[in-house]
Amino acid sequence: MKLVYADNNATTQIDSIVLDEMLPFLKEYYGNPSSMYGLAEKSGTKIKEARQRVAALINASEDEIIFTSCGTESNNTAVHAALEKQPEKKHIITTRVEHPAIKSLCERLARNGYRVTFVPVDKKGNLDTQLLFKSITKDTAIVSVMWANNETGVLFPVQEIAEDVRKKGIVFHTDAVQAVGKIPVDVKSAGVDMLTLSGHKIHAPKGVAALYVRKGLPFASYLIGGHQERGRRGGTENVASIVALGKACQLAGSRLEVMNTKIRAMRDRLENELLEKIPNSAINGNRENRVPSTTNVGFNSIEGEAILLMLDQLGICASSGSACTSGSLEPSHVLRAMNVPFTSAHGSVRFSFSTYNEEKEVDYIVEKLPPIIARLRELSPFWKQ
Amino acid sequence: MWEYTDKVKEHFLNPRNVGVIEDADGVGEVGSLACGDALTLYFKLDDQGRIKDAKFQTFGCASAIASSSALTEMIKGLTLEEAQKITNDDIAKFLGGLPKEKMHCSVMGFDALKHAVANYRGEKVKEKEGTIVCECFDVTDLEITRAVKENNLKAIEDVTNYTKAGGGCSKCHGKIQELIDEAWHHKKPKVKSNKKLTNVQKIKLIEETLEKVIRPSLKRDHGNIELVDVDGDLVSVKLHGSCAFCSKSPITLKNFVESKLKEYVSHDILVEEVKE
Repeated sequence: MKLVYADNNATTQIDSIVLDEMLPFLKEYYGNPSSMYGLAEKSGTKIKEARQRVAALINASEDEIIFTSCGTESNNTAVHAALEKQPEKKHIITTRVEHPAIKSLCERLARNGYRVTFVPVDKKGNLDTQLLFKSITKDTAIVSVMWANNETGVLFPVQEIAEDVRKKGIVFHTDAVQAVGKIPVDVKSAGVDMLTLSGHKIHAPKGVAALYVRKGLPFASYLIGGHQERGRRGGTENVASIVALGKACQLAGSRLEVMNTKIRAMRDRLENELLEKIPNSAINGNRENRVPSTTNVGFNSIEGEAILLMLDQLGICASSGSACTSGSLEPSHVLRAMNVPFTSAHGSVRFSFSTYNEEKEVDYIVEKLPPIIARLRELSPFWKQ
Repeated sequence: MWEYTDKVKEHFLNPRNVGVIEDADGVGEVGSLACGDALTLYFKLDDQGRIKDAKFQTFGCASAIASSSALTEMIKGLTLEEAQKITNDDIAKFLGGLPKEKMHCSVMGFDALKHAVANYRGEKVKEKEGTIVCECFDVTDLEITRAVKENNLKAIEDVTNYTKAGGGCSKCHGKIQELIDEAWHHKKPKVKSNKKLTNVQKIKLIEETLEKVIRPSLKRDHGNIELVDVDGDLVSVKLHGSCAFCSKSPITLKNFVESKLKEYVSHDILVEEVKE
């Protein structure tokens, strides 16, 4: 078996169609889109097309899309724009399970004079939306809630939250990096003010992302410079990658159905077979309400890094919420927020699929993982049969 | 991805001496589930008092398993006195080195051996002697000081790599820094007390902190600082030398001068710069 790549929430391979689309802009069409000659015009035209494609995937209009360098930049930009445009407001609401691109930013802001409410989740990773609504005050500048969690795949009720938050005149941002390309995302029906999406999670290269900013929303740029992106994000356009993002969004739209049927069935089969074959294992997260491609399985009494290295020996790529894989010494803040006990938080493994994955890869994982778990449990002083 | 040596990988994939010795002479248990790694070490002595068998069970990452495996190999055939001379550094060396973030795994092996020997001798290891500094990982000041001295640690990050202390909420970083400073005999002004300071005491403490903590640092960059006035919690200072012209001086003032005064004098201190 060649490499089984089941870590698509971390990053994805570049689709060959995407690569073909972007390559000319790394070769012959190297013009700066701001320049005044035919060579540059080609870049400009293609960026416009990419913008339309990104907009189409999320039902936005093209002038609501700002290209950025990564999901982290989009998230930082969204929060800063809301704060800068409402300098009198000093309160931020977010969740305890956000990606570090929001979590660490909010922790920094909390040290710099802002008040931040981190809304908790329950055991299955569902957000306490009532508490979120209760936390809203006149001083709240922005509410930022992720659409889908990167570790568990659990979905948050973005539409319900956005409706309530915006009714109160507060800016609503969602980090949809793990939702776009996996489930239908519609900014209009969801009613969000700002939305982050990232290229490398949907088979575009690393280093390109977008921020949707609803028309009419007061906005301040974060990277200050030239007139690019209609003055909303300085810096010469990463033309080739923007072109790639556009193509990737177009493909992602056409693959949503496969995601929701074939990939969902594969993920469910993987979970069911692992739970059946491996005692003392459990799924982390609400199984009824997740993106179709992600599973997070906890195995008692063993440690995730050891599992990953043994999987790697067999060519299987996955990830873990274990402390040892992060270098932070603490197990995943997401699993801890869900009150997953230490015994299985340290021994959690995430498998995340893309439309590239195949049934036989599920078979391979189901064959190889149980002996690894058994072997590590033999080594563990905590394992009691 | 950690960069493990081939020897670490080999001992992880094929650990030696896994298991339990039912009639062990000494058993040492260290670590916990919450900490993310734990090790139980067993040994059995022969008639001459040498370790004839050693076994282990480990919950933890690759380097924890490899360190345990290495330790059992290293102590076989040794007397307890000889075995006790093995340090965490020896374990790391046996494995061709460990990533620095993983040094605590070798420390765990060292601790387990200490506990097992104490268990054999019927002694109690007073492991938690001292005061808990890191509440997240239950590490005491004595443990930190020992790790600092034995491994020549100079930074908080190193202490975390070796003991885990400070790897959680980071609330104890100030205290760890003090322990590092104490271990290397850096002179520090007396730590602030919780009592409310009189104005005279406050000004003296500000002067002392400027002299012992802040000036030495600024002087290294050919700068200096002068105390102009203290009005309640507002401290006015004048920067001299290169600091006076440095474009980063507002940052120095907030991130260094003010934070040090907050740390040593009072949390409410604010610093402002007085220009010529």
